[in-house]
This record gives sequence, structure tokens and C-alpha cells, in this order.
Amino acid sequence: MAKYILKRLAAAGISMLVLVTATFFLMHAVPGSPFSPGEQRNVPPKVLENLRSKYGLDLPVWKQYLNYMDNLFHGNLGYSFKKLNYTVNELITSGFPASAVVGALAILFALAVGIPLGITSALKRGGWMDWFSMILATVGISMPIFIIAILLMFVFSMKLQILPIYGYGTASHLVIPVICLAFSPIAYITRLMRSSMLEVLRQDYIRSTRARGVPELMVIAKHGVRNSILPVVTYIGPLIAILLTGSFVVERLFMIPGIGRYFVTAVSERDYSVILGITIFYGAFIMLCTLLVDVAYAIIDPRVKFTD
Amino acid sequence: MKKNTGFIPDETYLKDIDAAALSGGLFEPLPSEEKQTDVINRPSVSYWENARAKLKADPLAMGGFMIIAIMIALAVFGPMMRPYAYDEQNYSIANQTPSADHWFGTDKFGRDLFVRVAYGARISLTVGMAAAAINMAVGVIYGGISGFVGGRTDMLMMRIVDIIMAVPSLLYIILVMVFLGAHMHSIIIALCFTYWLGTARIVRAQILSIKSQDFVLAAKVIGETDSKILFRHLIPNSMGPIIVTVTFLIPQAIFYEAFLSFIGIGIAVPVASWGTLANDSLSNMNTYPHLMLFPALAISLTIFAFNFIGDGLRDALDPRLKR
Repeated sequence: MAKYILKRLAAAGISMLVLVTATFFLMHAVPGSPFSPGEQRNVPPKVLENLRSKYGLDLPVWKQYLNYMDNLFHGNLGYSFKKLNYTVNELITSGFPASAVVGALAILFALAVGIPLGITSALKRGGWMDWFSMILATVGISMPIFIIAILLMFVFSMKLQILPIYGYGTASHLVIPVICLAFSPIAYITRLMRSSMLEVLRQDYIRSTRARGVPELMVIAKHGVRNSILPVVTYIGPLIAILLTGSFVVERLFMIPGIGRYFVTAVSERDYSVILGITIFYGAFIMLCTLLVDVAYAIIDPRVKFTD
Repeated sequence: MKKNTGFIPDETYLKDIDAAALSGGLFEPLPSEEKQTDVINRPSVSYWENARAKLKADPLAMGGFMIIAIMIALAVFGPMMRPYAYDEQNYSIANQTPSADHWFGTDKFGRDLFVRVAYGARISLTVGMAAAAINMAVGVIYGGISGFVGGRTDMLMMRIVDIIMAVPSLLYIILVMVFLGAHMHSIIIALCFTYWLGTARIVRAQILSIKSQDFVLAAKVIGETDSKILFRHLIPNSMGPIIVTVTFLIPQAIFYEAFLSFIGIGIAVPVASWGTLANDSLSNMNTYPHLMLFPALAISLTIFAFNFIGDGLRDALDPRLKR
């Protein structure tokens, strides 16, 4: 167990190193730095020179890289190039709560809707619930999140006017963003739950439990769901990465002050240090979540062996 | 190759035996109907013929093919059907609703939306197919070599895949977009950085499962070179899963293009990609919802159609699902 976790941590460390290095050199290879004379026409060259030396941009690239890595190991992601007097750390800590709230609610909502929907459509195979979940899944997989977001915005905020269009702060602001983010995960979870439930219901132990006269509800809840929920648990890892894509759209559209919005703004403003910092943060966060999910999975399912 | 010189009973020999047996009264001639039971009268159906028949019987997949055919027609002929250019501005006809002159209406600069959506179809389909084709090529070669060579090479190659895969591909895609700038070809290149990983894994798994089969051994015995075995025997035999994966890559690529253009780092104005069109229509969506409707419909329908085709192909090409 400890060996497995250590191995996974080492692999994640190498992945991070590759990501950091690739990001660093890509961002430095982009033609035109934010303080080059071409980009800042109204600033005297002497000032630009001072700026460049303040940010360490006058050093050779390998030295900048070593400096960056040194700072990174001390948890310092440097200053933003565009937002005056802001460090990347400050941006992340100010954006993380909003992103985390919306993301966590979306995961909970997706699980709360997807699992029961999957179970009922497996139990009543071919019924209207099954058809409904099938349609939902097809739509959820085919419709890009930004179109779902716009549709919901159009219907609930503009036509019906029962929910605020955008903003952040009250619970009513969260409704549409959370539904948007949860939409395609609900589709996936429903399909996953349905197929694994169908598989489990075919097993002998379900038949023998029924034969023993256990009430149907107990058969489903205790023996069916417990055994069929495992694929859904594994899906939570990739789900966090999917929410990332969603958060870029949702936070931008609904003006939620989260990391995703900062990232998109940084990309369009070419704020390299913020892009670099947030990419590293995302990478580390997602890898950590995936690792936790995998370990949790291995604990839940005793059949999983810690070999790989 | 030398001909088989084993003992083959010829016609006359068999007749002699028949005659000898019958004259002794030991045997009776078989009624001719019963002889017929051993004859294979169903025409032999090859893997690909079978797959085609199954696919034709799948209404969803055929519907998907139809939608894609319409989209391709729209992409090729759409811009020629109307007398407007995709970037032709005319403020006197800004923000019109659909009419006989402007089938899908016009946007805030008076540009014809039908032409712009048709132009968007060109971009989306090009991005989708080009990205899928390149990634298929890279993935097949990489996965093929990894699976075929095996051992340490395989270990190393797959660890590289794992390392890249651990990070969400969106991050790499955005980074490459920042580096290359907002063009159609940069989206294709960006997608190429991470897209082939899945294909490579699937191809490797396929190759591993078939490389120990007898026909590969036979090919080795008659002295085929390794590259010939890989490209002539192993890869063609794992084509089914490869095609399915690639079909699912196309809608993903189209989605990413629309997504990147929507958040403003995809394709730059005035070129009309579906994502850009959707983004443009945001500001006055309440007054002119049709500006949103058509691009959104086009994206969803296309992704829808490719997913249906993918599902149909998966069912048709899976040899375990034989009738």
C-alpha cells in the first residue's frame, strides 16, 4: 500500500517536472516578452530595462529556469506581469474558494442525480426513465458546455427571469453554473451506473440473495449498488479534469471570480507568469485528486491489488 | 514455395473404393439430399462485409452519416450558394432576422450568417478530420512499435505516454495555442500534442493481443521483415478498434476548436468558426437569439452525428458481437 502510493507519487512528480519544464520553455519561447520595446511603445527604454531586471528577464534562460524552480520548491510562483503588485500565489488563493465551491457542488450534484438515475434506468430497463436517461446522456455528451450554459442563461435568466444572469455571492447565482458544470458528468455517471448495475444484477450472488428472501430494496441497496458503484468512483478522478474545462467557460460567462477566469484572462492578455503558475497549480491539483481517488478506490474494492 | 506433395486421393481411386464397398453389400449409397447438408450454402461473409451490413442496419449511424454528408455539402458549396462573402460588412442590413435574402439572418456588422456558418463548417470539419488523421498516424506508429518491439522499449515508450497523460490535455492545448497564436493550423498542431496518446494505447493493446497468434509466427517463419509484419499483418488486423477511436477523436477535436474559439483563444476574427460565432452572439443574445441558434445547432448536430457514427462503428466492428 505504502509502496503503491510512493510509486504513484514519484510518477506524478516526474509528470509535474515535465509539465513545468515544458510550460516554462514554451512561455519563454513565445516571441515578444511583455516588457520588450515592441510591446510597450510608450515606456522609456530605461524603464523597460529596469522592469526586465526586476522580473529577472535579463538573465539567460537556463538561469531563469533554475531561479523559477528554486522559487517553485519554496511555494512561490512569482509576480503577475500584467496585474500590478499581484503575485500569482495571491491570484490563486483569491480565486480558489469560488472555483472550489462551484466545482464541489457540481460534483455532488452530478453524483446525486446521476447515480439514482442510472439505478432506476437499469432496474426498469426499456421504461420511460431509461429512455429519458438515454436522451439525457446523448445530449450531455454531444452538446458543448458553453451551449448548455447559454441555453440555461437564455431560458432562466432572460426569458423567465427567475435567476440572476451572472455574478457571484448568493445561492441563486450558483444554480445555473452548477447545473452547467454537472450536465455532461450526469450523462456519463448515468450511463456508467446503468451498465454496471445491469452487469451486477446478472450475478449469481444477487440471485441467491433474492432466493434467500431478502427484500428487493435491500438486494438493490446493499448488494446491487455497493458492487456497481465502483466504476463511478474511478470516474471521479477524470471528472475533476473535465470540470476544469467547464470552469473556464462557466467562470467566464457567469463572471465567477475563480481561477478559471483568471487563467482565461491571463491567456488572452499573455500574462506569462500567471499562465505558468496556474498551469502548474492545476496540474498538481488534478494529479493529487486522481491519486487520492485511485487510492480510495483500492481501499473500497478489495479485489484491486497494489501491483502496478 | 514448393507444392504440397502429400497423398491426395484422386477421383478414380475413390470410385474404386465406392464400388468395392457397395458390391460387398456392406454400405448403402447416401440419399442425395443428405449429402447436401454438408454443403456451405451461405456465402462467406468477410469481416468488413459483415461490418458494412451491420452499419447499414443501424438507423442512428446512418442518420449520423447523413448529417455529416449535409455538413460537408454545406462546407463545400454553402459559401458559393449565396452572393455574400463571410467577412462582407454592410451596416444597413445589420441584425436582420432570417429572410429569403439572408437565410439565417445577419449579425451586428450585417454579415450573412448562413455564409458564416457554412464557412465555420469548413473550419470545424477541417480541424476535426486533420487532427484525427494526424493523430491516427502518430498513434498507430507509436503504439504499433511499442507493442511490437515490447520489453524495455515498450516500457519506456508507455511511461512517456503516462507522463504526458497525467496532465489534462487542455492545459497543453492552451499552452501551445498561446505559443503559436490564434490560427486554424495552430489548433490542429495543439491537438496533435496530446491526442495521439489514447490511440497509441489502444493500438499497443491490440498489437500485444494479436502478436502471439499463429499467423504472425507463420509470417516470421517465411522470413518477413519486422516492419512488414507490423504494417502488413498486425496493424491491418487491429484496424477495427483504431477506426472506432479515430471516429470519436473527430467530434472531440471539433469540440475543442469551438471551445477555444469561444473563450477567445481559438480562431481570430473575422474568420468565422462556430465557436467564434457563438461567442459573438452572446452580447445581444436576448434581442437576436437566432445569431446563437444556428451556430449552436451546427456544433451540436455535428458532434451528435459523429458520436452516433462512432457508436455504430463500435458495434459493427467488434468481432465479439457477431450475429
